[in-house]
Amino acid sequence: MRRRFKLCGALILLAGFQSLILLAGFFAPYTSTAQDRRFPFAPPTRVHFFDAKGKFHARPFVYGLKNDPVDFGAYGIDFTRVYPIRFLAAGAPYKIAGIFPAHIHLLGVEEPGQLFLLGSDGYGRDQLSRFLYGGQLSLLAGLIAAALSVSLGIMLGGVAGFYGGWLDNALMRGAELFLALPWLYLLFAVRAALPLHINQSQVFLLLVAVMGLVGWARPARLIRGVVLSAKERTFVLAARGFGASDRYLLFRHILPQTSGVVLTQIALLIPQFVLAEVTLTFLGLGVGEPLASWGSLLSSLQQYSVLSSYWWMFLPALLLVPLFLGYYIAADALQERFKSVSL
Amino acid sequence: MAMKYIRRRLVHAALLLIAISILSFALLQLAPGDYFDAMRMNPLISAKTINGLRTEYGLDRPLAVRYEHWLVSVLRGELGFSIAYNSPVGPLIWVRARNTLLLTCGATALAWLLAIPVGTWSAKKRGTLADRACGVAMSTFLTIPDLLLYLCLLLLAVRTGWFTAGGMISPGASSLGFWSKAKDVALHLLLPCVGLALTITPMLVRHIRSALIDVLESPFIRAARAHGISGTRVVFRYAWPVAANPLISLLGFSIGTMLSASVLVEVILSWPGLGPLLVEAIFARDVYVVIGVVMLSSVFLVAGNLFADLLLLAIDPRIRVE
Repeated sequence: MRRRFKLCGALILLAGFQSLILLAGFFAPYTSTAQDRRFPFAPPTRVHFFDAKGKFHARPFVYGLKNDPVDFGAYGIDFTRVYPIRFLAAGAPYKIAGIFPAHIHLLGVEEPGQLFLLGSDGYGRDQLSRFLYGGQLSLLAGLIAAALSVSLGIMLGGVAGFYGGWLDNALMRGAELFLALPWLYLLFAVRAALPLHINQSQVFLLLVAVMGLVGWARPARLIRGVVLSAKERTFVLAARGFGASDRYLLFRHILPQTSGVVLTQIALLIPQFVLAEVTLTFLGLGVGEPLASWGSLLSSLQQYSVLSSYWWMFLPALLLVPLFLGYYIAADALQERFKSVSL
Repeated sequence: MAMKYIRRRLVHAALLLIAISILSFALLQLAPGDYFDAMRMNPLISAKTINGLRTEYGLDRPLAVRYEHWLVSVLRGELGFSIAYNSPVGPLIWVRARNTLLLTCGATALAWLLAIPVGTWSAKKRGTLADRACGVAMSTFLTIPDLLLYLCLLLLAVRTGWFTAGGMISPGASSLGFWSKAKDVALHLLLPCVGLALTITPMLVRHIRSALIDVLESPFIRAARAHGISGTRVVFRYAWPVAANPLISLLGFSIGTMLSASVLVEVILSWPGLGPLLVEAIFARDVYVVIGVVMLSSVFLVAGNLFADLLLLAIDPRIRVE
């Protein structure tokens, strides 16, 4: 019972996080490129219920910022005017899932006021919006790469385990080769092989393809192991005895038994690939400005001045913790669950 | 018997390395463009000059010929020629490799020193509240992105000034005596080492805990306990030797994880190891340096696994009999 609760909890957390990111346009107050040039590196905007006179407002509000006349780059709070937070406010147009045009945002404030819930970056862009939009790119990269490497793993591992012989030998030697390479270095090497200045969508696709292709070895080995034991199961032998074709056996009887390993591997690989994307982009080898991705959000932290004076630039990285925790718990629960089923 | 096993493992490792070198060579040959691309943009440099340079550095020769040349230079310890640094790759890499090795060895030692007591304690207290709290703490730690961890360490160093971050020696340290120099390096090593160790400690703790629990629940441990042997002695003299096998393989495997993680640590905390060199070489399209770094890290990884296998052979008689 507790185990099921654990899996459910993790899945709910993941679904919530993922839908936030899928519907980034709605949840983000601004678009990912909207700039407010007056306020680079503005600290997170505080949401108030009580105004300066101590009067309670049922609708939360924010104060505006004003530039410090003496100290450039420091901000004071302009208490003269309150900007009530409007819910379901009309704002910049965006597209839901890239298809349906819309312009309603969950939160918004009136124009000269600004709502930087996680602060703003060096170009005066809202960090929260960039985090949500960046997630679309980074998570998509993780998902596609994981799907790619696991499907490669199923194909190669399944074939190797099912047919055995020289094919098995060759494939497993290949897998060993890929496992023996420190995989981040391999990723770097492949990235080195690509031109540095290609357009953003190409970089993204290549990055994903490379991560997916490099990661096939571990799932393939695990799936091969499952297939090896699965094909000796009595019902599989019986089906074979009745004259079932290889194809039928593989798809009907053997591959379904690998579902546990496959799901666990997917849950483990997604955060790994997301992190790989973040790392590469952080180092300047992934997608770049003005596109938002989690790596590019963090890359400004490479400057000491940003690192030491603007703590809110760390927030995007901190927000990744619940996401990874979700995947991690899901992988753990899946592993426990399928272990108890298969034994 | 043992000699045969060792020989087989060595041959296997060598073949693996050759395959990796061919793979990385082929990959980088597919690369469009080379070091001289930036020069092509310059109208003052004629195409003839660039072609001359390409011929001089041998970039226009076919892949097989270049590979052969590279193999020969590997045997001479040069590992090809870096165009960006205008020197053989070997001397460039050896220093960096030594630094990376220093870092990963230090971090490995630190990580195991941390993980063994925690894992053992957690296994002994299995099922209790303390064990569960430890498990939760470790899982949380596991999910903190490495990047965040290293950046926080850097922030700590910048803000407090307690640590010497950046570089490997203080300016002017070369004139010091051996011991003060060693102390200086150790101080610089501290932060990257801690960062790298913390990356893998949670994983080690989990493995140690589960390996020990498997053993602690077996009948011979219960028998030992029934004989009145103390809990600590049972864990260390009876359970640990049995649980050690998978953990030794893990030692070899953890070196690979370390190497991948060390790129990021080195770049963020400016430790002059292979990581920064690799990133620079990628930006400069300095093919042989990239290949050299990839090869060297593979050598470390393969050597780590080999070392773990040999260690297993040394302590587990069952493998010798097979």
